[in-house]
Amino acid sequence: MADKTLDAKGLNCPLPILKTKKMLNDVPQGGTLEVLATDPGSVADMASFCRTTGNELVESTKDGDTFRFIIKRA
Amino acid sequence: MTDGAANQKSMTIIVTKGTLDWAYPPFILATTAAAMGVNTTMFFTFYGLGLLLKKMDLKISTLGNPAMKMPMMGMHMSMPNWMSTIPGIDSMASSMMKNMIKKKGVASIEELREMAIEADVKMIACQMTLDLFEIKKEDLIDGPILGGAATWVDNAVRSDINLYI
Repeated sequence: MADKTLDAKGLNCPLPILKTKKMLNDVPQGGTLEVLATDPGSVADMASFCRTTGNELVESTKDGDTFRFIIKRA
Repeated sequence: MTDGAANQKSMTIIVTKGTLDWAYPPFILATTAAAMGVNTTMFFTFYGLGLLLKKMDLKISTLGNPAMKMPMMGMHMSMPNWMSTIPGIDSMASSMMKNMIKKKGVASIEELREMAIEADVKMIACQMTLDLFEIKKEDLIDGPILGGAATWVDNAVRSDINLYI
């Protein structure tokens, strides 16, 4: 189970990233954030966001129309 | 998170356009960069300055956007430049665009601007443009500093990325 979950379904670029960044602030260091999104662009964007910010993208999966990301806060 | 790290990257964006469509790229890039730990500065000049007004009523123009196509009744309707002579066409195209924006989960410019301020994006309002178009500082939102080209250059020489939009 992730420490927090962000439901970003239905939101388009750049909102899933902006909301992810905001909610990560509420996750303790080493904790995890689960993000659910329907924006197909978020697959590449979430990986880029994590690479640049030093957070770890632990998981990037797809279930139907929903993309699920697990991010571990650095 | 790498926020505030010694090797923090920085970016400046010169914002020169004030129509609804042109307002998106600078605000999307600025908010995203800020979210990714990039120290971001926006310099608003000429028509871009309108994006700092307290009251924005942004419109798109059918003139000068020959590639614009609007999804309509399952197809894409093009908006050639001659259409801009039809009275009310810009308002119609603008409300179509605003409806699409809502329906597709795209943030409004007001929302993105709010998020940019929250994320400490530095905003510079061009003093010369205020004078030129007779805009009062009181008409602008709180936060932007007033400055000119030198203020932008000073930021730009220390930045990793400089964009002109």
